[in-house]
Amino acid sequence: MTEMSSVPWLTIMGLIPLVGSLVVAFTPGSALMAKRLALGFSLVTLVVGIVAALQFQINSPKQFQLGEQAAWIPQFGVSYALGVDGIALVLILMSLVLTPICLIAAWNDVPEEAKESGGSRNVRTYFALLLVLETFMVGVFAATDVFLFYAFFEAMLIPIYFLIGRFGGARRQYAAMKFLLFSLAGGLIMLVAVIGLYLQGPGGTDGFLIERLTGLSMDPTTERLLFVGFFIAFAIKAPMVPFHTWLPDAATESTPATATLLVGVLDKVGTFGMIRFCLQLFPEASHWATPVVVTLAVISVIYGALLAIAQTDMMRLISYTSVSHFGFIVLGIFAFTNVGSAGSTLYMVNHGFSTAALFLFAAMLIHRRGSKRIPDYGGWQSVTPALAGIFLVAAMSALALPGLSTFVSEFLVLVGTFPTWPAAAVIATSGIILAALYMLLMYKKIMTGPPPSDVIGERALARLSASEQEQPEHARRSLVPDLSAREKLLAAPLIAVILVLGFYPNLALNPINPAVDKSLSHVLTTPAAGNAAAEGSSK
Amino acid sequence: MTSVAVPGLQTAFQQSTIDYLAILPLLIVFGAAIVGVLVEAFVPRDRRQIVQVSLAVVGLVAAFVAVIVATGHQGLTMGITDGSTDRRLFALAVDGPALFMQGTILLLGVLGILTMAERLGGVGPDAFTPSGASTPGSAFETNASRAGALTSEVFPLTMFAIFGMMIFPTTNDLIGMFVALEVLSLPLYILSGLARRRRLLSQEAALKYFLLGAFSSAFFLFGTALLYGYSGSFVLGDISKAISAGPIEMNGLLVPGAFLVFVGLLFKVAAVPFHAWTPDVYQGAPTPVTGFMAACTKAAAFGAILRLAYVGLDTGRWEWTNALVVIALLTMVVGSVLSVTQTDMKRLLAYSSIAHAGFVLVGVLAFDSKGIGAVLFYVATYGFAIIAAFAIVSLVRQNGGEATHLSQWAGLGKRYPLVAGAFAFLMLAFAGIPATSGFMAKYAVFSAAVGTGGATGTVLVVVGVLCSAITVFVYARVIVLMYFGDPPADTDNPVEVVVPSVTTTFSIAIGTVITLALGVVPSALLDLADRASQFVR
Repeated sequence: MTEMSSVPWLTIMGLIPLVGSLVVAFTPGSALMAKRLALGFSLVTLVVGIVAALQFQINSPKQFQLGEQAAWIPQFGVSYALGVDGIALVLILMSLVLTPICLIAAWNDVPEEAKESGGSRNVRTYFALLLVLETFMVGVFAATDVFLFYAFFEAMLIPIYFLIGRFGGARRQYAAMKFLLFSLAGGLIMLVAVIGLYLQGPGGTDGFLIERLTGLSMDPTTERLLFVGFFIAFAIKAPMVPFHTWLPDAATESTPATATLLVGVLDKVGTFGMIRFCLQLFPEASHWATPVVVTLAVISVIYGALLAIAQTDMMRLISYTSVSHFGFIVLGIFAFTNVGSAGSTLYMVNHGFSTAALFLFAAMLIHRRGSKRIPDYGGWQSVTPALAGIFLVAAMSALALPGLSTFVSEFLVLVGTFPTWPAAAVIATSGIILAALYMLLMYKKIMTGPPPSDVIGERALARLSASEQEQPEHARRSLVPDLSAREKLLAAPLIAVILVLGFYPNLALNPINPAVDKSLSHVLTTPAAGNAAAEGSSK
Repeated sequence: MTSVAVPGLQTAFQQSTIDYLAILPLLIVFGAAIVGVLVEAFVPRDRRQIVQVSLAVVGLVAAFVAVIVATGHQGLTMGITDGSTDRRLFALAVDGPALFMQGTILLLGVLGILTMAERLGGVGPDAFTPSGASTPGSAFETNASRAGALTSEVFPLTMFAIFGMMIFPTTNDLIGMFVALEVLSLPLYILSGLARRRRLLSQEAALKYFLLGAFSSAFFLFGTALLYGYSGSFVLGDISKAISAGPIEMNGLLVPGAFLVFVGLLFKVAAVPFHAWTPDVYQGAPTPVTGFMAACTKAAAFGAILRLAYVGLDTGRWEWTNALVVIALLTMVVGSVLSVTQTDMKRLLAYSSIAHAGFVLVGVLAFDSKGIGAVLFYVATYGFAIIAAFAIVSLVRQNGGEATHLSQWAGLGKRYPLVAGAFAFLMLAFAGIPATSGFMAKYAVFSAAVGTGGATGTVLVVVGVLCSAITVFVYARVIVLMYFGDPPADTDNPVEVVVPSVTTTFSIAIGTVITLALGVVPSALLDLADRASQFVR
């Protein structure tokens, strides 16, 4: 099932950022040098990623390509096995594109300290941790061994934990701890299921390979228990209602770059895991669980959107929109139609870019105004017109305006869900209207109307020189800079990707479609005992 | 003179067979300990420490080499095969688990000795009082330290303890097991009371440990007597046979006997409800001794528990398994829940070690060679991590004394990134995060328990992972303190990490590197533990 590759592309892709992180962390030098090195390593990784993607055969009969396999812990049945299908490939590429963008966005997040208290060490640690995270992102999507996936899944919590807890906002300790406990609790439950899955499988020294564990005939009760073990971990990660409460805290308290990688990439591991593991390994149990999962997904769509409308904190609002969007993704996955799953996978990619745009552009606003609170803004489009423009694009992308990438995926999800779960599809559609509400309301409150009397917030004011501070209010408004070159550099690729995938979604859909067909084939050929009759009559 | 045949006694003298190569590791360690006593008497004070440390380390390394040699001489030794009844009466069983534990204890012992040898510029080992017999704060004590007295007898004492620890998993009969238990315990009682600072706390710890230890030894001995009454023998193989053939009416002797013997052993691994001594002793004992105890005593006692459960009482398993399951559950839950409320680093690690004992018991209850391998692997990985962790604790100082209160660790990561990084990594290992040996060890015991422990095993594992989640909170809080908080503003009296000598640095480095290495490439040691998982009978 895996097409082996003569060049270990995926290992190289994972190793470059890891080596980069060590270089960045331990090479003494200025902070600027460390930042440039980190960016350089992430760009090299992106190039390698693109080269590897060009080797990918869209119509290969095997499920995984670019495969690598070696025995790792034969006593446990664990192999170091990597490989990608179309789903993993587009998610890895998304991660590789987002990482350098986030590194540029993170450029000034961490101040360089005085020499006696460590100098550039803080900066170096921050960028090194972001690079380590990139390694784990590649690994977790590329693992074709369940144990290896689990190891990456758990290990990647640690760099994020440090990123939130060390470099975040005022309540960072609380947020970091909450994030860690939620994720680990889910992960440990999954560990029991991982052990149980191996014992159900053929065993042996490579018994953890996905291909060895696909299509097992299990006792239904066991299969359902194992499914639940995996699903809870993924639902916490995704995050779905009712496991979503850690996300707003973590996303608000961390730096914008961390929040982007957290919501944009790492949360995708949850939905990715549902397709790869829940559906492929436990088809019967997936059918069994679908009513509950679909209900939770619809609740996530509506409840997340309602919570987003009620927020006054920009970062919290954006994280609640993600809860709503993840509801759509899960809905598409558990619709068990090729269109729905393909739509969900495309949604994962698009959501990564559109959330990154929202988080990072909002961070630019926050940096200028010195406040996260939406009521502190108003009339901002007259202050920084270009920033207002790109913010509007990001907002439109989040509410799925036709022509922007998210529209295609949202449409596919709803179309794919309608045949099997018409009621859920109809209710979820109202989530689009709510999305328009929260996005447009936020845009209206921030960008239109009269600007606030004190355009520059207190914290931002402190950065200005004394003579600048004494200028009259209307003159100071011109001191608020519009987009800097660095900000343009990070905004341009994001908006470009959103537009390209909006007008030519096949770029991503072409590799996704055959992969989805293969992943879904197991669940589609296994009609659930209870649902079989009902499905038969409805068709 | 005519010989009168007394029934039940040997008619002719039969010489016992001894494979000296198989017991060579024991002899070397014992010899080194005896020589250490002589060194104490005859070597001048200014050279005593260096001689003692070198002697101990050389002895341990030589014994480790001997362990490797002994792998070719496995089998029962020091005893006879009774031809008439076909009973195999041997005192020692040199087999895979025994040799694995011996090797582990020896390597951990080297690290322990090196940590104890830390002088920090003084004349003798820094952690130990120069005159243990003096009243704390008395003139006698002051005079002793002014005269440059040093406590180099800790090294032979440690060697005797290691000798006992090596016999403990090797012995094949209950009397031998009792003797080993005492040989390893008595030096530890003394070592616990020798702390240089906070001496009253240390002496209190020693007394508590001694009293409770004496009680547990008495339990063990009483259980031994009951089992002898049941089976007519101290030899584990005989007891096993007697249980499989024995009448059910005799269970009045078997069940309490088995339970009491287990109590004695579970006391040593600090299983709940026999754990009450652990926090006090871990806190009061000199920190290097605490690390040594946590690593080596646990290894030795789990070796003995394995042998008792798999060789001696295996046939009567249904009598005592449920009790052990309850103890494992209690140990995991109590250890992890109580570690949440600790404010002292040494007490925190003590409760964490209780929780870890529970996880290992889960592996014991797998009742399979996979479970044995997993237990062997677990105690080895845990030992290296805990010795390094306590060695780091001994370096964090305020006012010259150890700063063990958690609040004193705040902001350590900012000022001492390397030491704090190592400690944070060890915390992650205790928490069982992938890429540390702790994860592999936990996975090994849990998978063994789910695989062959049946429904009970699965329940144990579910409780085990929930308890792991609780302990993660504890370890993460330490990391939060060290990294995410700011150091206290009190600048004229800062908490500092003293620069250790090469010996302690070596222990910490080795412990940490092994924890990382076994987390990334565990298969070599796992393979060794798997191959060592066969008991001889």
